[in-house]
Amino acid sequence: MNPATHTRTQPAEPAPVRPALLSCRNVAKRFGGTAALRDASMDVAVGEILAVMGPSGSGKSTLLHCAAGILTPDSGEVLFDGSSIASLGDARRSELRRTAFGFVFQFGRLVPELTCVENVALPLRLSGAGRRDATRQAVSWLARLEVDDVAVKIPGQVSGGQAQRVAVARALVTEPRVVFADEPTGALDSLNGERVMQLLTSSARETGAAVVLVTHEARVAAYADREVVVRDGCTPGR
Amino acid sequence: MSISKTMLGLLEAGPSHGYDLKREYDETFGIDRPVAYGQVYASLLRLLKHGLVTVDAIEPGDGPERKRYAITEDGVADVEAWLAQPEKPDLYLQSTLYTKVVLALRSGRSAVEVLDTQRAEHLRLMRELTRRKTVGRLADQLICDHALFHLEADLRWLELTAARLGQLGREVAA
Repeated sequence: MNPATHTRTQPAEPAPVRPALLSCRNVAKRFGGTAALRDASMDVAVGEILAVMGPSGSGKSTLLHCAAGILTPDSGEVLFDGSSIASLGDARRSELRRTAFGFVFQFGRLVPELTCVENVALPLRLSGAGRRDATRQAVSWLARLEVDDVAVKIPGQVSGGQAQRVAVARALVTEPRVVFADEPTGALDSLNGERVMQLLTSSARETGAAVVLVTHEARVAAYADREVVVRDGCTPGR
Repeated sequence: MSISKTMLGLLEAGPSHGYDLKREYDETFGIDRPVAYGQVYASLLRLLKHGLVTVDAIEPGDGPERKRYAITEDGVADVEAWLAQPEKPDLYLQSTLYTKVVLALRSGRSAVEVLDTQRAEHLRLMRELTRRKTVGRLADQLICDHALFHLEADLRWLELTAARLGQLGREVAA
């Protein structure tokens, strides 16, 4: 037999048996003349933590933005709970991002003028919650993330690790069904990064939220249940 | 790792019996590989022979008499010298994985698949270690972290090699 025709044994990675909550199917996205995604697919089940890995510029953040409805793919489709996100109107998509999705970015992206507790309460306030109730829930989440001591400080007065925990609290306060985390530990040292990952994953598991975790760090990806690798805009083997 | 040196180091905290030394060793260092009783007593005999420990007391037990061992001054000096001496950094210049990649390229098989299969296996093990350290004591966490950093270094090599496969393929074919 020609060695080139050998088939390899597939890695012993169990396929998710739970139905997909969020699916990207053959997604492609260009920015001008550059193809950021060419053919990317992934499924995330309810409560599953999925790491999206790949080298810099491979398209993993673009995949996350397409999955979250922030970017609209040029082709392919993104399904959430069985419905195509592209078919939703702008208003419904915004509502989805506000209520069903939570976001954690590399640099927190907290509103600098608001205190930490106001930052965490913000998604609830935008969804119509009263100030008192939103504040009460925000304080509770800050305590879960072990940063209730910085509640009345503004982001500029707290450390990077504390700010990122506040950002995780803000992402989870609405009890979203999916949390999108884009290099959430990229700006932190090892110890702070580890604590953020422990708190993010344990809180998501407690609330049943799925997590799409974009990272190029294997130690961060190891907190996930499984991984999908993006290379040159494709997800080979998917 | 030198079991004798480790036993000697444990005895610095105070005299102990072979059974207790084994238990302490397993709890602190033997997560995956508990030390056998035979190794414990062979180590103690060797340390005794070199004057690094002494039999501090002999107590009657249910079965044979129980000897209690204590570290000597020479033993303390030996531990001190061992701790001060740097370990030789491990080198992986004869990596099986590198060999597999080169052989795959030479034989026309897919080196990408070799690397992908290995990446999946490394990540599987890293997930397992991460779960263990999340529920473990600080000592377990430190041991798991040590393994995780090494696995991560392997993975960085895998990524770099994947990015250089074209160049490596041309060199192998030349």
